[in-house]
Amino acid sequence: MWQGGPLAIYLLRRLGLAVITLFLLSLIIFFAGQVLPGDPARSILGPLAAESAVRALDHQLGVDQPLVTQYWSWISGMARGNMGESYQYQSPVEPLLVTALVNSAKLAALALIVIIPLGILGGVVAALHAGRPTDRIITLTGSSAATVPEFVSGIVVIVIFSVALKLLPPSAQAQPGDSFLTQLRSLILPAIPLVLVLFGYIARMARAGTIEALESDYVRTATLKGLKRVVVIYRHVLRNSLLPTITVIATQTGYLIGGLVVVERLFNYQGIGNLIYHAANAKDFPMLEAAVLTIGVVYMVATVGADLFTTMLNPRQRTGAFR
Amino acid sequence: MSETLAVPPAIVAAEPVRREQPVWRLLLNRPTFVTGALILLFWIVCAIFGNDIAPHSPLAQQLLATNQSPSAAHWFGTDQLGRDVLSRVIVGAQTMLVIAPLATAVGAVLGTALGLVLGYLGGVVDLVVSRIVEAVLALPAILVIFLFVVALGVSTLTQILVIGFIFTPLIARTVRSAVQVESQLDYLPAARLLGERSIRMMFVEILPNVMPTVLVEFTIRLGYAIFAVATLAFLGFGVQLSTPNWGTDINANYVVLGAGYWWETLFPALAIASLIIAINLVADAIEQVLAG
Repeated sequence: MWQGGPLAIYLLRRLGLAVITLFLLSLIIFFAGQVLPGDPARSILGPLAAESAVRALDHQLGVDQPLVTQYWSWISGMARGNMGESYQYQSPVEPLLVTALVNSAKLAALALIVIIPLGILGGVVAALHAGRPTDRIITLTGSSAATVPEFVSGIVVIVIFSVALKLLPPSAQAQPGDSFLTQLRSLILPAIPLVLVLFGYIARMARAGTIEALESDYVRTATLKGLKRVVVIYRHVLRNSLLPTITVIATQTGYLIGGLVVVERLFNYQGIGNLIYHAANAKDFPMLEAAVLTIGVVYMVATVGADLFTTMLNPRQRTGAFR
Repeated sequence: MSETLAVPPAIVAAEPVRREQPVWRLLLNRPTFVTGALILLFWIVCAIFGNDIAPHSPLAQQLLATNQSPSAAHWFGTDQLGRDVLSRVIVGAQTMLVIAPLATAVGAVLGTALGLVLGYLGGVVDLVVSRIVEAVLALPAILVIFLFVVALGVSTLTQILVIGFIFTPLIARTVRSAVQVESQLDYLPAARLLGERSIRMMFVEILPNVMPTVLVEFTIRLGYAIFAVATLAFLGFGVQLSTPNWGTDINANYVVLGAGYWWETLFPALAIASLIIAINLVADAIEQVLAG
């Protein structure tokens, strides 16, 4: 079955495109982080510093080099895992970034564990009632929840569960030595805004996939040969409707990270979002660029991974009858 | 990634269809549209006449009456500086309804032009620009906007342009797909035989036919522009105008949320939510009606 050929070409092509995209992304980040803000030494030393001191620090930071040289030393450092020195902490970026990434991953994982079944269920239920009020309510709730900023829904849940009912803590930062359950409990509130934002997208894809599957010939055949509706839905509809949903979940990881910046800020949680926020406020560009590029890489890995996964699941793509 | 370039069938199908009723009447028949439009209208009135409607001056500080809970005198309570929250919520509509629509307009004009060129010309230009678009989209839009606002500094014009530029590729992508659908129709070869130039083909022949798509994109993006403006303000990068900003107010007051002063953040938050949901309802109705 797996003879390489078209599949290998497809994989190479897919990876090649991902590399090109990452290269362009790194150019954008480099441009926004190093070219636009002007003189880094001046912003570190302040407006009153002597011109000679500014020039000396510029030289030390390497920002008086030609742009191509600067870009090359930055990106080759990144590739080797040397992300430079944070301006604000005067220490290497990597350990700080790794700690923050682990914290964010915990929060994101909790949100995804809740949202994937919930979103798929919502989409399938909407599809089975297509055009009827249940469908409209799920679809409209989903698209509305997706457009409400995370900090807005975050405030609403804090007011309800923390201020009024006093059930859950308004801050998510776990203390050292907290048990797993305590940590989990403090992550429930921050996960809700992320779940709300993602619900609409995942449900929409699951709904579209299910409707397409419901209208297909094989489902009609299965129904006509007398299978129970539950069996038809479980065995024939779901399997086919979930493929596109997997892709959407992967593409939404980028969106999830965007939400993390805001949610981690609101709940005072030390993840990559808070890291980016502090780096931006301190004009700590090495930290900011490293964090944003990392997010881009995470997104790329997720989308390419999802593509590979769907390719392996889809027999038509596996045997080369595509593109 | 080709699947991300696809457009929902509802948008593609938005070519003009002969209907018995005019579009505005079809819209008014939809409860979602009426609800959304009424809420939106309320906020537009607040944005224009806010200072006349507000019971107090939104800027007047009463340092002897800070953090007052909602009462007959102050329906939404007062904030940490003793300012009337209700008045700040009413007048604050202005900031949102100035920046967000202008930013969306910038994105819609540039995105439509780019989408027309990409969809009509195709080839190498399309390939190269599509890759750049993909690269931008590999980051959450709000993060890119945030990054550029941090780099460029906070001002009304910066926010409008940055949000507009980030929307450009997103809108271009949708318009491009709609143009490619149009390109397969008969009227284009006919126009070409008449010797029309490319520019005229794009902007006179194709543009009117993809306008429904542009309109839907505009309303959807408008909601997201408000999302972006509010989020930037919440992160401390709000435009400092003389008028209040909902996001900035939330940023200034959410630290006292734990102390039980919920009204100072909850009401501006609900204002943002209601405005965005209203725009979303309107967008949904327009999409449904245009899809027939």
